[in-house]
Amino acid sequence: MMVVTVGSAIFALEAEEIVYGAIGLAGSLFGVAAMFFLLNAPYVAVFQIAVYVGAIAVLILFTVMLVRQEKWAKEVPPRSITKLAGILTGLAVIASLALAVLATSLDTFTDVSNTATFVDIGQLISTGYAPILEVLALVLAASVVGALTLSRVDREDKQQ
Amino acid sequence: MNSLSDFVIVSAALFGIGIYGLVTKRNALRLLFAVEIMINAANLNFVAFGQYLPFATASQAAQPNPVGQTFVLFSIALAAAEAAVILAIIVVAYRLHNDVDVSELKTLEG
Repeated sequence: MMVVTVGSAIFALEAEEIVYGAIGLAGSLFGVAAMFFLLNAPYVAVFQIAVYVGAIAVLILFTVMLVRQEKWAKEVPPRSITKLAGILTGLAVIASLALAVLATSLDTFTDVSNTATFVDIGQLISTGYAPILEVLALVLAASVVGALTLSRVDREDKQQ
Repeated sequence: MNSLSDFVIVSAALFGIGIYGLVTKRNALRLLFAVEIMINAANLNFVAFGQYLPFATASQAAQPNPVGQTFVLFSIALAAAEAAVILAIIVVAYRLHNDVDVSELKTLEG
């Protein structure tokens, strides 16, 4: 599971054809959803599959097909110093975080019997976090309207 | 695959991969991939800690902690909104410049 998730995340960034990269990203999101299942969080896992794998991945695939260019396949790779700096930065982040985690006693927590149910989540969302839910709905609506406006303006300009 | 540190280390690996992508890639779509991977790393941490660290109140014993999962639901919805806006921007940039290389998009500079 971990190998699939991390491997397809790397594949998403390194695949030469960007369509395969998008599919790799979908695989990585699916792996994270599987880990949510392992963590006894089936509601979040199904939400992740519905929203990420179902909506965002398809949206990304369509955009990739809209803007894809053949020259990207034989795109000049970034300068090796940039690539080296990127690899070193990523490895440094991973190593420091992993060392910090291993230095603690986090692996003594192995109890997953204590799971939060749908009822708990629903109560929390509809009582304490209800304002956040409403603001989030506004943000979603505004962003969708903004996205539509952004991609519509050009077409009007062309018709004039 | 059973202890908290396993999930946290996978999350750290995903985060590092995302940072690597942000540093090296120049294609706007790849940058979006990297950002999505990093968001997923954060979500994984939320759920893992919420699952393994149930809070104990003074009156009761250890309670299940749904706050982590609730936050992740909000975070996923926010990420969906963000991805929609970014993809619209990418489409507009492609119409204007016929390319989505971020180092070529000079007109976006302030």
